[in-house]
Amino acid sequence: MLSNRPITPSTLGVKDLPWQIEWDKDLCTQCGRCTSVCPVNAIELGVFRKRDIKTPIGLKTKATNEYSVFYGIRQRTDPAYGCIGCSMCNMVCPNNAIRPNRDEGSTTLKFHSDRGGNPRTRGGRRNSGESLLDQIKFMRISMLTDPALDAGRHEFNLTTLLGRVQSPEEGMKTFAENGWKPPVREIYPLVIGGMSFGALSPNMWEGLQMGVAYLNEELGMPVRISTGEGGCPPRLLRSRFLKYVILQVASGYFGWDEIIHAIPEMKVDPCAIEIKYGQGAKPGDGGLLMWYKVNKLIAAIRGVPQGISLPSPPTHQTQYSIEESVAKMIQSMSMAWGFRVPVYPKISASSTSLAVLNNLTRNPYAAGLAIDGEDGGTGAAYNVSMNHMGHPIASNLRDCYNALVQTGKQNELPLIAGGGIGKSGNLAANAAALIMLGASMVQVGKYVMQAAAGCLGSEKDRCNVCNLGICPKGITSQDPRLYRRLDPEKVAERVVDFYLSFDTELKKIIAPLGRSTSLPIGMADALGISDRDAADRLGIKYVV
Amino acid sequence: MCRLFALTSRDPISPMRAIDALNVMKEGHDGSGVGLYLNGLSGPFEELKDCPILSGIFTEAGLRRLDQFIMDKGFKSKFSILYTPHTPPPVGTPVRGTYAAIAYSVPRGWEDMTEAEQGVRLVQMRLDLKKMGEETGDMMVFSFWPDTIVIKEVGDPLEIGQYLLLDRNKDIYARRILAQGRQNTNYAINLYACHPFFIEGVASMTNGENTAFLPIKEYLESRNITGYSGYQSDSEVFTHIAHYATKKLGLDIRAYKHIITPLSDGELAHHPDREFLTDLKRTCRKLIIDGPNCVIGCLPGGHMFMTQDRKKFRPGIVGGKDGIFGFSSEVCGLNAAIPDRDKSKDFQPMHLDTAIVGPDCKEIIQCSQTDQLPRQL
Ligand code: SF4
Ligand code: SF4
Repeated sequence: MLSNRPITPSTLGVKDLPWQIEWDKDLCTQCGRCTSVCPVNAIELGVFRKRDIKTPIGLKTKATNEYSVFYGIRQRTDPAYGCIGCSMCNMVCPNNAIRPNRDEGSTTLKFHSDRGGNPRTRGGRRNSGESLLDQIKFMRISMLTDPALDAGRHEFNLTTLLGRVQSPEEGMKTFAENGWKPPVREIYPLVIGGMSFGALSPNMWEGLQMGVAYLNEELGMPVRISTGEGGCPPRLLRSRFLKYVILQVASGYFGWDEIIHAIPEMKVDPCAIEIKYGQGAKPGDGGLLMWYKVNKLIAAIRGVPQGISLPSPPTHQTQYSIEESVAKMIQSMSMAWGFRVPVYPKISASSTSLAVLNNLTRNPYAAGLAIDGEDGGTGAAYNVSMNHMGHPIASNLRDCYNALVQTGKQNELPLIAGGGIGKSGNLAANAAALIMLGASMVQVGKYVMQAAAGCLGSEKDRCNVCNLGICPKGITSQDPRLYRRLDPEKVAERVVDFYLSFDTELKKIIAPLGRSTSLPIGMADALGISDRDAADRLGIKYVV
Repeated sequence: MCRLFALTSRDPISPMRAIDALNVMKEGHDGSGVGLYLNGLSGPFEELKDCPILSGIFTEAGLRRLDQFIMDKGFKSKFSILYTPHTPPPVGTPVRGTYAAIAYSVPRGWEDMTEAEQGVRLVQMRLDLKKMGEETGDMMVFSFWPDTIVIKEVGDPLEIGQYLLLDRNKDIYARRILAQGRQNTNYAINLYACHPFFIEGVASMTNGENTAFLPIKEYLESRNITGYSGYQSDSEVFTHIAHYATKKLGLDIRAYKHIITPLSDGELAHHPDREFLTDLKRTCRKLIIDGPNCVIGCLPGGHMFMTQDRKKFRPGIVGGKDGIFGFSSEVCGLNAAIPDRDKSKDFQPMHLDTAIVGPDCKEIIQCSQTDQLPRQL
């Protein structure tokens, strides 16, 4: 660079980028795989010129310059092409000649990633490493009268109920009178949360469905998966596997024509219907499926033209208010399946969670309430909403559970908690903590992507280009060149693997607490935390 | 682990017989408490079958306050056993005052009330008295119900029994006796935490621990039923679940087992009552117990039962002969109390069983959860 070359405010050096590419000239075979695989074109082939000054001995002749040229990898510093640290370049490099390195001190890109007045949008979830759930300890272990159970050998019953459960008095009355019973499903407490067909690649979706089917049919674990908004492939709708699926209807109603039309041909009822209010954990931020993810298949399933962006509004805009909407939609969805399918809303954890819950407790058809905390992932969301909006899940869930306890409805309306579970890899511990705080079941999305498909996203703002259709792993892309990287069979295998290990770990947690015949929902006396305020707020023990 | 012993007999017997059995199982309790439930009383109480009996411990002032309170409600004392020990109490037992069991005639107008209404009032009065006592420490009230005496004290069961001269007084001989020797475990010593627990004719006692205590307690408290309170012990919920099942849901005691330890879905699939039991399991899900327990209880009408947690982590044995049956947490207790029984007929309930002996004291009825239930509703 010449010393007087223009420098604009957003001229960045490699040092300014959070991810820096280290490339080793000696190891590089110059195969070019790294540049071809880079999802954001952060690296390019570069021609480098090298000057060597040769000074001969004896001062008889003058020193000469020798110029040579070599080829290598150059990292681009244009903010639009900033490296996202996915490490795909490293994965394809035969010699490990290249790798991204995170520079914790380089924050400059942050100030330049919103060029053209457009704030940054991304997929993934809140990029924050801290997790309250990880701080919770399980500690009500009585070694005195209660021999700790053997997690490996005892009989365990780890299922939970999804659906409106009548009170004992009502239940006995209904039985005696042979009246209508609200539908209830006995399911596994770890649910794969809504990730839509459209957001996920067909291979990923197929892999998840296969994994779930295997868990149910071969291993007898009643695992359920939510479709997310965006419809469901017609073949699945008409198959016996539909009973493992929670169909989601969201504010965009994408794919619902297809579903409604398939009702007469459905062989089995779906597990449940989830009505989504608020996209993920971010109320007020609608989802957006960008045009390049809307290929022929997605267009057909969603019933929209190909190649157009699909914004789903943040709220159900055909309805007047959330109370009215919740009541109406629950009623009409229940009706559509002859009141045989549980219907429940999913909302972002927020200050109105309690209000919604109160409405639901008085609605005999409401089958539960799902709340998604601030760490919940979303599709394309604005960076600012992703990082700074929403309500932490633990206290929101706790408030809801306590409200149910006060009215004596705590086994009647199941609470489903989601958002940030397993964000540092502690899936079973986080799930158990939420269950003991009052959740009947928990939902995970990102953990599933990470564990079952090798999603590269981390809490350090790594990758997170899910919304752009360039997912380097082929998880969230509709481009066959990308998603063929993902083997659905392998995804299914990993789904089964992590469910089985979750199951073992959950038993390892609850067995020493003396629980095995029923899920320890609301067993808050077993929890402790070393943060006094958190302990007070959650009503658990303060321990240091 | 506490030790439990219960007797059901056709003829009234001394509570000391149960206490002697507890004494044989002495290594299992540390003298941190003893509790006695007596039902089917003999002597003058037998003539006063319909009169609620108040049992508890009172100071002089407490007795005066009690008289005033009870008179204001229109009750009249009919017969009482008041015993104020003059000997020094056994080591570890405080000097408390008067141990009392007082039978009252109900006030005018009560005859017109339903049994349920009467029950709620009696429970409420007991709670009011308990609360009054807690304020000043002059009263401790354990039960207020016809044909029922409950005694609780801190100390070694045998020493307490001798100290209270339980053997001498034929008026407190009873046909059904529950006795517990307490082993203090997780919680501080508190007389109200002493078994057996009692509510409206339903009494039970438990050894072991109930790890599902908190959610069950919260659930019971939220039922808004008078008397579902206290819970100084994690085992008190067993009594209330039995009360809830039999009195509020109108179920048979055999269904109790299906509430606290329901069958697995696989077992239910082939059960003749699967529809009813699935409903029961779902609606009563919050009442599922966990943790190791053996529950021994007594119901209004005089049925005595024993049942186990799902894992059967606690021992329990029932045996006896025509006219008298014992329920014990260990066989040595049973041997001490009824040595001349046919031991081959002893029954140790397993994880699916409930053992019941009716007031006729004829035989042990063994019920398994896999059996068809009598029609419940
Ligand atoms: S780490 Fe990923 S984004 Fe960065 S250069 Fe390598 S392939 Fe490209
Ligand atoms: S690997 Fe794919 S799904 Fe994971 S963060 Fe990157 S783009 Fe998103």
